[in-house]
Amino acid sequence: MNSEAIGKQTIKFNCPPAIISSASIVGEMEGQGPLAPYFDQIETDPTFAKESWELGESEMQRRAVQTAISKAGIPKEDIRYLFGGDLLGQLMSSTFGIKDFEFPFFGLYGACSTCGEALSLAAMTVAAGYAKNVVATTSSHYASAEKQFRYPLEYGNQRPLCSTWTVTGSGAFIVSSTSSEQPLSNYPHIVAITTGKIVDYGVRDNMNMGACMAPAAADVIYQCLDDLDLKPSAFDKIITGDLGKIGSEILIKILLDNGYDISKQHMDCGVEIYDDEKQDTHSGGSGCGCCAVTLAGYILHNMANHTWKRILFVPTGALLSTVSYNEGQTIPGIAHGIIIEQN
Amino acid sequence: MKYNQSHTEYNKYVEIVTPKHSTFKNCLNAFWVGGLICVLGQLIHNVSMEYFDLNKDDAGSVTSIFLILISVLLTGFNLYKKIAKVGGAGALVPITGFANSVASPTIEYQKEGEVFGKGVKIFTIAGPVILFGIFTSWVAGLIYWILLSIGLL
Repeated sequence: MNSEAIGKQTIKFNCPPAIISSASIVGEMEGQGPLAPYFDQIETDPTFAKESWELGESEMQRRAVQTAISKAGIPKEDIRYLFGGDLLGQLMSSTFGIKDFEFPFFGLYGACSTCGEALSLAAMTVAAGYAKNVVATTSSHYASAEKQFRYPLEYGNQRPLCSTWTVTGSGAFIVSSTSSEQPLSNYPHIVAITTGKIVDYGVRDNMNMGACMAPAAADVIYQCLDDLDLKPSAFDKIITGDLGKIGSEILIKILLDNGYDISKQHMDCGVEIYDDEKQDTHSGGSGCGCCAVTLAGYILHNMANHTWKRILFVPTGALLSTVSYNEGQTIPGIAHGIIIEQN
Repeated sequence: MKYNQSHTEYNKYVEIVTPKHSTFKNCLNAFWVGGLICVLGQLIHNVSMEYFDLNKDDAGSVTSIFLILISVLLTGFNLYKKIAKVGGAGALVPITGFANSVASPTIEYQKEGEVFGKGVKIFTIAGPVILFGIFTSWVAGLIYWILLSIGLL
């Protein structure tokens, strides 16, 4: 057995897949934020020298995948699958970003939780022996996301204080199989994953995504701890994707109500990526790119230098559609838990 | 996980923890920003009447045209957004706000072509205002006509 299903929603890998390389490409605003030193590339041209926001996002994703492959030092032919997605309709950015690589491709949509979904499926695929190396990638772009989900960029409106700022960024990871002969012990490993359910607490405010996603994050963290019979203190950090300040506060409260105090371990990529006071981003960063670039840059850096040995990484997504929103539906949330360890 | 709260309770809790813009500050900002736009309009109005010999109606049209022009230019330079961020409704209610809501989708969707981009999307924000504005004036006209017909006016 290469892995075992534990509890209700968790898989524990007996030969934990390794993240042998990661890359993060971000836009100018992220490059002015506190995590700037950890990114591979900061691009000041918002369209990445392409014709439109969408093609710019594609180019960003292409660069992220290319950089991750180069950093891994493996030939392109050794990649068997690519799991990827973004926020745009019909996964437009991913399609045009990665088509020239000619990798067998699984397109994913999990809103801003896509990074977790891609890493989970990548880990399952290599752990099951279906591939040696696979790529997991996601991207988001402030301008293309605003255009699709909200208003044209030049339209004058006031953003509420609970709103988040979509990160322009793309992260890519190479996930590789391990064995007792080839443990790849220098790299961080995905030791377990907990796949989240769709959780709907009836929130309808599309400007308060943190409140939509916090119950889903709480649910998956609770299930992960329960399935593996762990306490929050088993982790150096429990890192959520893009709950922002308000969502984080709600998450900690819901878990406290359920008997887990994660206030000491909790960190949110959306809160870390911008400096709200200087950059006026309100509740924090969001988007598929938010947690992907934070993991690829800041988090894996801190694992490589052994600051953190074991983390629970929980990308969070608000399953918002402009159609369902107009039709008066609620905004359900989803989150996926990934336990990453560094020896 | 146990669900300790009903949806209604959760939404109430969310409302409590979510910070909001101060209504008083928003009103104050809307007042002076909207007021300044009106002062600018009045200035254009007075100048056209005094220096260009226009009558009151023509000066009104010229004022609208200039305010729209200024707003569209500011939209193009991405500056109108900054005014609206501070001014809120003060920047959105005057004709300048309407111009911004027409110009901004046109800029955003120009990549999607003349017809399906600009043509289809130009009124995505202003469309409802135009539709219901015209409909309301039609209803008002109908009432006016009825009142005239029955001799009440």
